Amino acid sequence: MSPIVELKEVRKSFGAIEILKGVTFEVNKGEVAAIIGQSGSGKSTALRCMDRLETIQGGSMRICGHRLEDEKVDLKALRRDVGIVFQSYNLFPHLTVAENVMLAPRLVKGTRRTEARQIAEAVIAKVGLREKMDAYPEQLSGGQQQRVAIARSLAMEPKLMLFDEVTSALDPQLTGEVLRVMEQLAKDGMTMVLVTHEMGFARKVAHKVVYMKDGRVHEQGTSDILRTPSTVELADFISEAAEH
Amino acid sequence: MNWTFFISLLWGLWGTVVLSLLTFLFGGIAGFLIAIARISPVKTISMIAAAYIEFMQGMPLLVLMGLCFYGPGIFGYDSLTPLQAATFALTLYASSYLGEIWRGCLQSVAKPQWEAAECLGLTRWQRMRTVILPQALRIATPPTVGFMVQIVKNTSIASLVVGYAELSYNAKIINNSTFQPFLYFGIAALMYFAVCYPLSVQSRALERKLNVANR
Repeated sequence: MSPIVELKEVRKSFGAIEILKGVTFEVNKGEVAAIIGQSGSGKSTALRCMDRLETIQGGSMRICGHRLEDEKVDLKALRRDVGIVFQSYNLFPHLTVAENVMLAPRLVKGTRRTEARQIAEAVIAKVGLREKMDAYPEQLSGGQQQRVAIARSLAMEPKLMLFDEVTSALDPQLTGEVLRVMEQLAKDGMTMVLVTHEMGFARKVAHKVVYMKDGRVHEQGTSDILRTPSTVELADFISEAAEH
Repeated sequence: MNWTFFISLLWGLWGTVVLSLLTFLFGGIAGFLIAIARISPVKTISMIAAAYIEFMQGMPLLVLMGLCFYGPGIFGYDSLTPLQAATFALTLYASSYLGEIWRGCLQSVAKPQWEAAECLGLTRWQRMRTVILPQALRIATPPTVGFMVQIVKNTSIASLVVGYAELSYNAKIINNSTFQPFLYFGIAALMYFAVCYPLSVQSRALERKLNVANR
């Protein structure tokens, strides 16, 4: 079976600055892959390319069977298959929690209101916020907002979930509640790619770790490479991360 | 003071209100389309909209009004009635300003909101309608109500060119026969104030309310 995520020599520049200089890795169905690395190593850009928020300029990228280097890729089909959660939650502030979650099923899939409400109830319960269904985002803590953002993506029943530093804006207590939701998702068999600074979480949950440095994959392997890195750079990165 | 003249001023006020409402309506519709065109990803469309805005804002309303009133006749078409010509000119004028005001409001909705909606698979128009417009509307309300005040006052320019019987026009006619400019222009001023002041108050109140809501 072919991988859900397949990057081959992916290149991406912003103007004269090359951010991705040939990135290659794969993620199989049901796997959790953690992309780690310093700021500016290109890890968030790589993730954004996977949902085609950025277009790639070289190499090839196949996500859930969609060829992203193809200009005529069916974006609507891609976005049905892929969910993404951002660092800054990006909930719609004028809609309630339930409305935020129901919006895409109703508009994109044409789900009826009552059915969409049931889907919303199920995914919101899954992230532990059943009692907040009718609250507005501004009435929630950062951790709760991020859990709603996860529920909003789940409502579309994606085959792949992308997480872009989803806990970086949260303080430690709130980080825990978001990570628990993600851990549960991983247990349920969701294929996930996450850009993260949470080494402990990567060690515990990730099947695969991709260490990026200067726009390239410097080292990759199972989460064991976090315990026994084979390059000096990854070893340094891990010990630096441990100090924080 | 002669009551007949006062009644005439009231009729003028009615004319002003009618012209203002027509301008809000058509200027609003055209302004909305221009704002949408202005943020279009298609360069040509956004450039045409930008050129329209520059051109209309670069022309005095008085001149615009003259062109709309006399223009069709010069080119052999049937002339417009004074109300039609005034509405047309004010619509061109208002749409260029409202288009620019609303463009700013649409663009002030944070870009990640567009991205989040895009990643959920919403089409561009669905994103606009369900995510961007509702948020832009909140931001747009105070400056829009503020601009309505400008429209109400600028309807008076119709009196100079096309001879539409609005408040300033009637005040001018009355003054021509009574030679009491202070009295009748004074009353006209109070009537303008009576329409504009509530709008200004409303605009400021909305601004305060929305600022609180945004905290």
